[in-house]
Amino acid sequence: MTALFLRDLKLALTGGGGAMTGVIFFLAVVATIPFGIGPDLNLLSRIGPAILWIGALLSTLLTLDRLFQADREDGTLDLLIAGPLPMPLVVLAKCFALWAASCLPLVAASPLLGLFLALEPAALFAVMATLFVGTPAIVFIGAVGAAVAVALPRGGLLVSVLVLPLAIPVLIFGVMATYGAVNEPDPFLPPFLVLCALTLFFGALGPVAAGAALKASGD
Amino acid sequence: MLTVRASGLHVGRGNAAIAGPFDFELTGGTALVVTGPNGAGKSTLLRTLAGLLRPIAGEIALSGVNAADGEPAERLAEVAHYVGHRHGMKTAITVGENLAFWQRYLGGQSQPGLAGVSPAAALAAVGLPGLERIPFAYLSAGQQRRASLARLLVAKRPVWLLDEPTSALDVASQARFAALVHEHLAEGGVVIAATHQPLGLETAETLQIASRGAQEAGVPGVEIDEADLAAAEGWL
Repeated sequence: MTALFLRDLKLALTGGGGAMTGVIFFLAVVATIPFGIGPDLNLLSRIGPAILWIGALLSTLLTLDRLFQADREDGTLDLLIAGPLPMPLVVLAKCFALWAASCLPLVAASPLLGLFLALEPAALFAVMATLFVGTPAIVFIGAVGAAVAVALPRGGLLVSVLVLPLAIPVLIFGVMATYGAVNEPDPFLPPFLVLCALTLFFGALGPVAAGAALKASGD
Repeated sequence: MLTVRASGLHVGRGNAAIAGPFDFELTGGTALVVTGPNGAGKSTLLRTLAGLLRPIAGEIALSGVNAADGEPAERLAEVAHYVGHRHGMKTAITVGENLAFWQRYLGGQSQPGLAGVSPAAALAAVGLPGLERIPFAYLSAGQQRRASLARLLVAKRPVWLLDEPTSALDVASQARFAALVHEHLAEGGVVIAATHQPLGLETAETLQIASRGAQEAGVPGVEIDEADLAAAEGWL
């Protein structure tokens, strides 16, 4: 499992894996919003956390469709299915690698991009913390969509459409927790803990479902 | 003693049977060469044996061999190498990194029973010495094929399932690979190969798959005609 994680991480980082596309897309979305909205700092800092979250969600979806497709095209997926590691663990290792390669940079970049949106320091850290615990849930949900669409030649759009409704609760609680950290009467901890629970829930369910879908897609 | 037995095995895609029934029994040290025209179901048979497709009917039994965890193996995939049409190698990283990954992943490094040779030695055995630092994408078609065959050597598996293993190989490489197959058989392994070219396996049993039309009839549970449907509805 470590071997698979390290190989996938290396492939994603050495290029051709497409992990950097997500980061650049995130940068593009967040950097253009202030130009579109105009120099209203109050408005920007009010909608800033939501923009960061939507940007992170979309750029994660962008990188998801290649999660299994590249492996399927060069025959690696056959060997992984036939190999000694159970499929849920294969999916888990690949999800961790994708998260480390494409979501961790998003988390790291989010405070910097938050400055563009005139977020106050508490909100910067809240966005970072909620993205850190929330993005794995998006990856796990997306893995199921990517596994279902693996045999389709243009599955990318289908993955996004399949995954988006399931990812909405993650977005809602992520943004809610961030606002809780800034606006005084709203609580931070309850939505944050729900976010953690969502990640753990999809972390248990997603790899099993994706593994079953990959096994059934063998041809 | 390693024994692989197929009884009444029908193979196919989805619910449609393509070929069968197959009945064969292989013991350690023997090879089975699967021949037949294009589209007869050779690859489907091998993918079913590798556990990538479910058999339509019949079963594959295995005895006398332990899987990686020391328990008696139940599925053929646990003790088999499968070499398909696609290489299973990443083009962005080097040949050596690819082989080192498969060695770790297949347990060819940590588990003593499965220990294979090092990636460099495996590449030398398939006639590509010193190429482990070259990115896989730079190799020619025949070299890519040989590099993916080197995977057979980095971790030990008693059963080799080979689907057209010598396609794109020149004559010298075919002879070299035939020698590797002989060596594997001499160690008590089993080889099941689908091939058009002679692998130097003159002693092997041959399984000839007839073309599709010749064996259309008699596949159980697949062909449903109107009379069957009517009978089933009446029965319900």
